[in-house]
Order: sequence, then C-alpha cells, then structure tokens
Amino acid sequence: MAIDRSARVLTALSWGDYHLLGIETAALGRTARPGQFVMVKVSPAPFPLLRRPLSVHDAGPSGIELFFKVTGVGMDILARKRPGDTVDLLGPLGKGFTVTAELRGKRACLVGGGRGIAPLYFLGRELKVAGAQVTVLYGGRTIQDLPLRGKFETAGLPLLCATDDGSFGFKGLVTESLERFLEREPADVLFACGPDPMMRTVSEHAGRRRIPCEFSLESMMGCGIGACWGCVHRIRDEGGDGWVKICEEGPVFRRDRIMWTE
Amino acid sequence: MADLEIDLGFLKLKNPVIAASGTFGYGLEFEPYLALDKLGGFVVKGLYFDPREGNPPPRLVETPSGLINAIGLQGVGVRAFSEKVLPRLRGYGTAVIVNVCGADDDEYVSVVEFLEKQDGIAAYELNISCPNVKQDGACPALSPEPTFKLIRRIKAAARRPVITKLSPNVTNIVEIAQAAEEAGTDGISLVNTFLAMAVDIETRRPRLANVFGGLSGPAIRPIALRMVYQVASRARVPVIGMGGIMTGGDAVEFLMAGAAAVEVGTANFVDPDACVRIIREIDDWCGAHAVDRIRNIIGTLRTPREA
Repeated sequence: MAIDRSARVLTALSWGDYHLLGIETAALGRTARPGQFVMVKVSPAPFPLLRRPLSVHDAGPSGIELFFKVTGVGMDILARKRPGDTVDLLGPLGKGFTVTAELRGKRACLVGGGRGIAPLYFLGRELKVAGAQVTVLYGGRTIQDLPLRGKFETAGLPLLCATDDGSFGFKGLVTESLERFLEREPADVLFACGPDPMMRTVSEHAGRRRIPCEFSLESMMGCGIGACWGCVHRIRDEGGDGWVKICEEGPVFRRDRIMWTE
Repeated sequence: MADLEIDLGFLKLKNPVIAASGTFGYGLEFEPYLALDKLGGFVVKGLYFDPREGNPPPRLVETPSGLINAIGLQGVGVRAFSEKVLPRLRGYGTAVIVNVCGADDDEYVSVVEFLEKQDGIAAYELNISCPNVKQDGACPALSPEPTFKLIRRIKAAARRPVITKLSPNVTNIVEIAQAAEEAGTDGISLVNTFLAMAVDIETRRPRLANVFGGLSGPAIRPIALRMVYQVASRARVPVIGMGGIMTGGDAVEFLMAGAAAVEVGTANFVDPDACVRIIREIDDWCGAHAVDRIRNIIGTLRTPREA
C-alpha cells in the first residue's frame, strides 16, 4: 500500500448523484486487486475530517477508477473534482475477492445493488481474464440508479438489470431477478455487494443452493488500516465469533463467515 | 535541526511527539507508513487482562472537525499482547508505553503485575478515563478519591513509571490532577475524549450503538488546551498534552501552555504518517523561530496576568 497525496484526476463523469473518476496513480493502480478499497482524503481542511473508504472500481498499471454516490458532504466534495484536480489516496487496502485459476470455465454470478456495483466491474474483468463465464446482475430503484449499464456491456460482461419501478430491465428487486436467473442457469460461484438487506437475501439463495459466495461489506471507517477498530462486523471463525475489522480482514468475506446481526 | 529531545524525568524521549493510545493500534499497523523509531514514543491500545469484545457497531460517527468513537476497548488482552506483539516492538528504539485498563481496581493491578514481568516497556499509561465502557461514561477519573486510591495501588505494584490519563468530563480538572499527584503518579496525560453523542434524524436513533461515545479531533483542541494549561500551571509532575493535535503548530501550542510532550491521536487515522510530519513541522517551527531546543519553549506562554 501507498499514500499518493497528489493523484491526478484524468476523467470525471456524472449521472445525477452517481460519479465516476478516473485517477492517475501508478502507485495504487499497479497493485490493486478486485474488492480492495482506497481511503480518499477529500479535503485538506479538518472538515470533513476523516478519509472516505471507496472500493476500487477498476485498476490498471497507470491508475484506478472510483465509482460513488453522493451521500453526504465528503462525497459531494469528491464529486466536484475535475480533470487536472488532485486527490489524496491511501491504498490499496484490505482483502479482496478470490479470483483464482480454478474459476476457469466456471459460471460466476455477480450481484450489485446501487453504488454496490462499484467493485464488481474490476472483479468481472478479472474473472473474465481468469476464464470464468461472468454474468452481472445490476439492481436499483429506477433506471437512474443504473448508470454503468453501458459500461459493463462495452466490456463484454453480460448484464441483467433490475429496477424496483420497472423503468429498466426486470421489474422487481435484483434478488428476485437473481432467483429467476439461478432457476434457469445454475451458478458455480456468487459475488455480491450492496445494501445489507440485498446481501442477506443473496446469502439465503446461496445457502439454499449451496453456491459458494463472497460479499464485500461496507462500513464507516475511521482509518482503513486496522488502527481504530471502528468498522467491525460480526464474523465467524474456527474459534467462535466476534467483532472483526472490515478494513483489515475484509472488506470481502466468505458467506459462511458473515453473521447478519440486527 | 533543532534539539527536540525531551526529558520527562522518568523517561527520555527523542522528541515530544507520542502516538496516542487507541489511535495507533499496537504500533505494528503503522510500520508500512512510518519508521516507528522516529517517534518520541507510542502508547499501545488499552489492555485489559483478558481479551475484550468491545461494543457493537456502529462504533464511529464523524461530526464537524471531530470523531465520536465508542469502540469499547476491544483488544487482545495482556497475555496475547505480551506473547505476540511485545516481542516485535522491542528493538525499535522508541518508548513503548502500555495503556492499562481494568473493569475494577483489581484488574488494573493484575494487568500491571503481568506486564512487570515483560521486557520492552518504557512506562504505563493508566487509562482511568475511557468513557465507553461503563454506563454514562463512568470511570475512576471522574472524582479525586477513586483516582487517588487506584494510583496508590498501581504505584505499589509498578517498578516502571506511571502516567495517569485524565478525563476532561469533570468540573474541576485540577482537583483530579492533584489527587493523581498526591497518589504518586510520575506523569499526567490529558485529555481523554469528551463524552458526546449524535442523532440520526431520519431514523430517530442515536448514531452510535452505545448511544454515548468519546469526541476527539480538532473540534476539542481549544478545550483540551485550556485544561492542559490549567493542570500544567499547577502540576509538579510532567504533563503530556493532547486533544485534536493535527499539525506541528498545534503541538507547539500545547508545549507553550506547559505540556512537556504531546500525544497525537485522531490525526493518525487521517494520515498514518501524521506523527512524523508533526515532528518535522515542530523542527521547522524551531528553525523559523531561532529555537535551538524545543524544551526551552515548554510553559513559556506569555499571559497578560503575568505581564
């Protein structure tokens, strides 16, 4: 991992509250793996104080892409960045998705809800490189929540969209779309990222059908490097269960390790 | 390069910057970002005798220029720390200070007795002020008697120097500091976090599962500074000041107000190499102000009263 205090924004695209930044940072781009995240300092001033965790949307030797939704003042500042501006990045951090040669020829299904789609683009690309057959299920409330649909198709990643209001693709929840999809085409492995209720339902489907599954969990983070112990989730281990730091042992966890509390 | 060395009497530091407990993990987490031996010292995360589960999430909420945390002192316990962490911290050439916790006085003593048998510890910081482990932020540091009683017992058990970390959640901080001194503490560090809360107005729920948490960061710095000044003006033992220090200039404020050294906390979250930057900025300040020795500015505040 590295700190790049003046990573240069090369591209900035916006769709309403959703934004995609292309950032030049060889230090982070070279080593990032799908499912890892970066901590972004959006302002040199003490407000907002903390860095924001964002999963790596895509990465290559020259840089990374970040996809995010404006949910508060921090992301709003980041959304105003224009090509030529700089951002302060710390990363890549955490443990990402498992992409191995064993997935060659396997059917991988990726489920993303809203901004939870962010890490699944990089994952989809890498799975394809590994020789897996990838299908991406992308859900949101309306068509406005699916701004990346064209991007996945351009990358040759087959996409099934779902919207709550039926304004695009399947009318209903992405998890309902997943259920139908799995009835038609059994998957060998599932990967998911999105709101907790969505991931819980994906977990139930995966459990019922005994499909191995990995989730990328989200949390407010103080530091991203394991120092503050603020981003814990209930995780099972051989020795029992406890509060485990998402930043350090995650953000990606195997389905059977995650305990959904509340 | 100015002479940044600080002598606390019971402990020599190569510079006045110590990474604060609870913000620096067990030190090793920061190895990728800075050379630990550049620090004046660091205080490891608070240790109870046994491993401790901590509070349920959400544990953090950001507020204007601040951070409220209610971690609940999750940690590995003193045994795992001594076996797995401490051996790796030896030989770094910086002061490793262990933050000592306890559910009651007996546990504090047990932790110290266990650590007395371990090598590689420069001092203890007695955490009598964590607001996140008992109902309504209760802790020994809220009144003079429990503070005095606990420090007495710790001093009887400890060969090593004891720094007592005070809570700002009191009416009269000087009174608590005096009780700590009378009980024989070797040094005083302050402030721990301010008891605080935040509300999610959409869900009508507190933003922390624990309801209350401890506020840190630049938001508390002016209040922390005032308390450090009040305590340092009267204390006979060295005072280590902390509270929202983000820059070398912030650290110099505390030194002028009478702190013999500073602890840097929340800044470590924002920039894992913050302590090293702050040391450099203190040195730069010395250079720009013709100060040869940083110790010469400790407690040199010019107040109208004294003028």
